[in-house]
Amino acid sequence: MDWFLQQLINGLALGAIYALIALGYTMVYGVLRFINFAHSDVLMLGAFAAYYLAPLVAPLLGATTIPSAIAVIVLSAAICAVIGMTIEYLAYRPLRKRPRLTVLITAIGVSLFIEYTGQHEKVFGAATKSFPTLLPKTEIILGGLRCSSNDLVVVGLTAVLLVAMWFIVQRTKIGMAMRAVSFNEQAASLMGVNANAIISFTFAIGSALAAIGGIFYSMRAPGIEPLMGVQPGLRAFIAAVLGGIGNLPGAALGGLVLGLLETFFGGMPGLSNYRDAIAFALLILILLFRPAGLLGKVQTEKV
Amino acid sequence: MRGREKLFLLIAIVVAIGLSYVSASFNRYYLGIAIDVGINIILAVSLNLINGHTGQFSLGHAGFMAVGGYFAAKFTLVYGPTLPPAAQPFLFAGALLLGGIVAALAGLAVGVPSLRLKGDYLAIVTLGFGEIIRVIFQTSETFGAATGLTGIAKLTTFGWAWALAAVTVYVVACLVNSTYGRGFIAVHDDEIAAGAMGINPVRYKVTAFVIGAFFAGIAGGLYAHHKAVLSPGGFDFIKSIEIVVMVILGGMGRTVGVIFAAIILTILPELLRGVAEYRMIIYSLLIIGLMLTRPQGLFTWGKKGAA
Repeated sequence: MDWFLQQLINGLALGAIYALIALGYTMVYGVLRFINFAHSDVLMLGAFAAYYLAPLVAPLLGATTIPSAIAVIVLSAAICAVIGMTIEYLAYRPLRKRPRLTVLITAIGVSLFIEYTGQHEKVFGAATKSFPTLLPKTEIILGGLRCSSNDLVVVGLTAVLLVAMWFIVQRTKIGMAMRAVSFNEQAASLMGVNANAIISFTFAIGSALAAIGGIFYSMRAPGIEPLMGVQPGLRAFIAAVLGGIGNLPGAALGGLVLGLLETFFGGMPGLSNYRDAIAFALLILILLFRPAGLLGKVQTEKV
Repeated sequence: MRGREKLFLLIAIVVAIGLSYVSASFNRYYLGIAIDVGINIILAVSLNLINGHTGQFSLGHAGFMAVGGYFAAKFTLVYGPTLPPAAQPFLFAGALLLGGIVAALAGLAVGVPSLRLKGDYLAIVTLGFGEIIRVIFQTSETFGAATGLTGIAKLTTFGWAWALAAVTVYVVACLVNSTYGRGFIAVHDDEIAAGAMGINPVRYKVTAFVIGAFFAGIAGGLYAHHKAVLSPGGFDFIKSIEIVVMVILGGMGRTVGVIFAAIILTILPELLRGVAEYRMIIYSLLIIGLMLTRPQGLFTWGKKGAA
């Protein structure tokens, strides 16, 4: 039972990180209907932004304090928001009217570009760097169960951000414009919605979420390197599809399911090597029975 | 039309095998690249059947290649030492066939879920299958686990690679241009309308996956016996993406274009070796640039679907 609860805690913490990254995937998909493959690299850039910012912020607010952690996370998220908007402006906007597959390949190109540029010795270099301790970390032990304070922070933060995203999309004017662009870009433009601005805004939010997810992922990971985004990015992509891509609560649910699966199978002796395979197999099974994801709406196709 | 294609096949095979006999005098480095090109043509043309002609979106082609490569390599590793040298070509042919058939079975396993899924969801399922296949090889002791298989006999020659590339092109082109094969293009254009015309989209999709996977498996076998080592890391989803890029740059569903794209994208990284540290950066910028300027693919001449 203890083992079960312990894995549950670990799984929730990992799942919350996947959920954060998946939220970014899903928001971009919701508006543009395409998978932003460069998302996993924005996540990596967020981690590197924090890596370089932490020593700069430390003299002002103190190393490993809560204010400095907040400053580093907010600044990294802002940097990634700008990067996300730039990518959209340079690489995706000229292809807006083209088939989605074209944009997909461009996104893969952007992803490869960021990864290989990052690996160049004059940029980040291919070697693994150890990530600075941003948050003061304490172990909380509750009746034989261990829980790191970071885990609680990430689960809480994900919940807050999910509600915030839901609020933005459902209850604000810009959110209404986002839904309008998602529904029909042309009609939205005719109604006076500046579609380009809305899409830029969506990329900014999605990339900021990726940066936050990347920073929390790096806190658990042994170190950061330019290819670090690929694995969590892939998991988050699966999580977004699993939950029903384009659906915000779906992304959070998918992230949690994936995080739990990974820790439970990773913790079982004999199965740990197969944990990725099992996660994918379950994903496939779920998609077979619910082809639009757990919370996605099935759309009937008309001729 | 049919006669022209048969002639093409015969000429291509004769030229490939003929060149193979004199290949010993070529520079080994260039010869290696030429074999890589042949293997990539098989991969790209077979994926084109699934992604281009039939309009499905598979991101798991490297998985089929891995299945073919591992089974073919295991076959020659086990039975190779027991046979006399004269039997080696037959052994190799058997190994490639085995690899192709097992990969085709894997293609069947992936094709069946594709009945219900489309677009991004199909992409993620095929990607998932590719990763599952890789994880299985990575953990299976029989297939060398994380280190993979080593000491595979170098049986792939220029002749094998290019003759099989010619066969792949021939089969895919004839299939798509046949009365039966028009169904693939119909499914690509509009599944529901195709269904209303009496074409069974399910059957065509599964057929495309099985045939595409079969040739990917053969390419995997050739690859294994070319590189002499197989490691599971070589078949990750980046490899699948590389093949997808070839198909898209060549122009989806245009066999000739896809062949050219496979040639260019195999040679390009080698040409850029001089600027090794910037090589992959330039490669990725080229992909972005080409997509921005020629999104319909590099090669768009000729009738769509024609060989």
